Amino acid sequence: MTPTQPHIASSPNGRQLPGHRVMLGRERPLRLDCGVELADFPVAYQTYGRLNAERSNAILVCHALTGDQFVAEPHPVTGGPGWWDLMVGPGKPLDTDRFFVLCANILGGCMGTAGPREDDPATGRPWGLHFPVITIADMVRAQAMLLDHLGIEQVFMVIGGSMGGMQVLDLAATYPHRVFAAVPIAAAAHHSAQNIAFHEVGRQAIMADPDWCGGDYLSEGRHPHRGLAVARMAAHITYLSEGALHRKFGRRLQDRDVVTFGFDADFQVESYLRHQGHAFVQRFDANSYLYITRAMDYFDMAAAYGGVLADAFRDTPVRFCVISFTSDWLYPTAESRQIVHALNAVAANVSFAEIVSDSGHDAFLLDEPEFHRVLRGFINGAAEHRGLPRAAS
Amino acid sequence: MAADARRKDIRVDLQIIADMIEPGSRVLDVGCADGALLDYLVHFKQVDGRGIELTWEGVNACVGSGLSVIQGDADTDLKDYPDQAFDYVVLSQTLQTMHAPRTAVEELLRIGRRAIVSFPNFAHWRLRLYLLLHGRMPMSETLPYQWYDTPNIHFCTIKDFVALCEEVGITIERSISLDHNGTQRRIRTALFSANLFGEQAVFLLRR
Repeated sequence: MTPTQPHIASSPNGRQLPGHRVMLGRERPLRLDCGVELADFPVAYQTYGRLNAERSNAILVCHALTGDQFVAEPHPVTGGPGWWDLMVGPGKPLDTDRFFVLCANILGGCMGTAGPREDDPATGRPWGLHFPVITIADMVRAQAMLLDHLGIEQVFMVIGGSMGGMQVLDLAATYPHRVFAAVPIAAAAHHSAQNIAFHEVGRQAIMADPDWCGGDYLSEGRHPHRGLAVARMAAHITYLSEGALHRKFGRRLQDRDVVTFGFDADFQVESYLRHQGHAFVQRFDANSYLYITRAMDYFDMAAAYGGVLADAFRDTPVRFCVISFTSDWLYPTAESRQIVHALNAVAANVSFAEIVSDSGHDAFLLDEPEFHRVLRGFINGAAEHRGLPRAAS
Repeated sequence: MAADARRKDIRVDLQIIADMIEPGSRVLDVGCADGALLDYLVHFKQVDGRGIELTWEGVNACVGSGLSVIQGDADTDLKDYPDQAFDYVVLSQTLQTMHAPRTAVEELLRIGRRAIVSFPNFAHWRLRLYLLLHGRMPMSETLPYQWYDTPNIHFCTIKDFVALCEEVGITIERSISLDHNGTQRRIRTALFSANLFGEQAVFLLRR
């Protein structure tokens, strides 16, 4: 599929990005939860595999907080492998020989979709903090508009981990007939106080950086890299687990035999976090980080349905597969179980597996054979029910 | 997987349960283990099948073969389901492991229009004899556990279960006992011998 508009997205470090970009909301603007209407806004997306003639084999991947549309190809900025390279590709669980895999940069993101880094058409200058505050539901509305644009009435599956899982839940609840199967992974139906607390630490780190310039750093030609790096470092800890940190680093020292009695990165774990922070700021926008974490904090599905989560899914025809990981303390199994209980309460078709892993929240991105095996099984079962061809054996 | 490539042979007690289920119905299998019954029902009886299983090995095996199964505890998670959501709720070889079997049976008939319950019969003559002769908690091929590590905490006999149904006001539509060599008896017409020779029992219940 070729882009229908000649627009080209660029990354936070100014590089032109591969993939597709389309202007949406020209005839009917996107009405955001905050009341603002977004008209004629860009959405950047990437696709893998081919859409079949019936347009029934699409899998919509929803990326997480710091993910992007480059799911299964070298990242255009960092050159590293796609964030779900293990999952998406020929013969992989999301088999691009069978499925048309689609992933869009989320609303509020910084890889070509409308967000604080893009120009406000009204002023021709970057939106910055003038960009309207968005919600998970707004991101999902934009995803649905992209599906409209691509002529996909119903996706075979929508899948995502973490914030991607929140979008999966919202999409399945808001557009139940546009989704055949839904796979929220390491997700929750609301953001917990602990999650909000960690996000607030990240936001305060960004806003405390003098280079943030009250959010106007792009116009000032500056970048709050230090604040954003600290935000990333703090968040990264929450994606791991005590066990994983111990296994990877223990108390081992970094390129030295003894401690330096100073504040250099003596420990490997310090060095690792600094590296994570440094790498992150090359590809991410600080204001985007503020907006997206805010959207996650505001997420509370039950609240949107009169306080009863089950009401979000009443009479749902969607086949769900909820997956959690034992060592994930950011979105613990108990929160996945709440989703399962709500789905049971409406007798929805739901599978739920908790995968044993010591990798923490990040397990959904890693090589977890049991996770991949379970997911493969669910996908094959759902494909059989949808009447899609079987996997080549 | 195509239906013809699937195993048509399931354990004989599971086959008895499967034979009680109308094709195309909605079925919840509580304690579905590796999903053998569900898989059979989905592919040979075209049921809309769901399962609950306690062990993650069982759940992952089920979901990995395309069955809709959740990890959950039959003792605590049945209350989530709405009234009469299923045509059949199956509790196969699980009753004796539950903390509150009576509540569980009532829950099955709240969730489902019919319930199918199977369990090992503790009044089987071999078990009676074992206790009489050895004076120790009976063990057998089907009950291989020592008393201190058994998951089976609420054994009952076929007679006990019939009495429970009467007490709670549950109608027994069909009841079959199964002995060691696969002989089936209709419990209703042969309660005494079923209770003595039946190794396990399968009951089809409704309110």
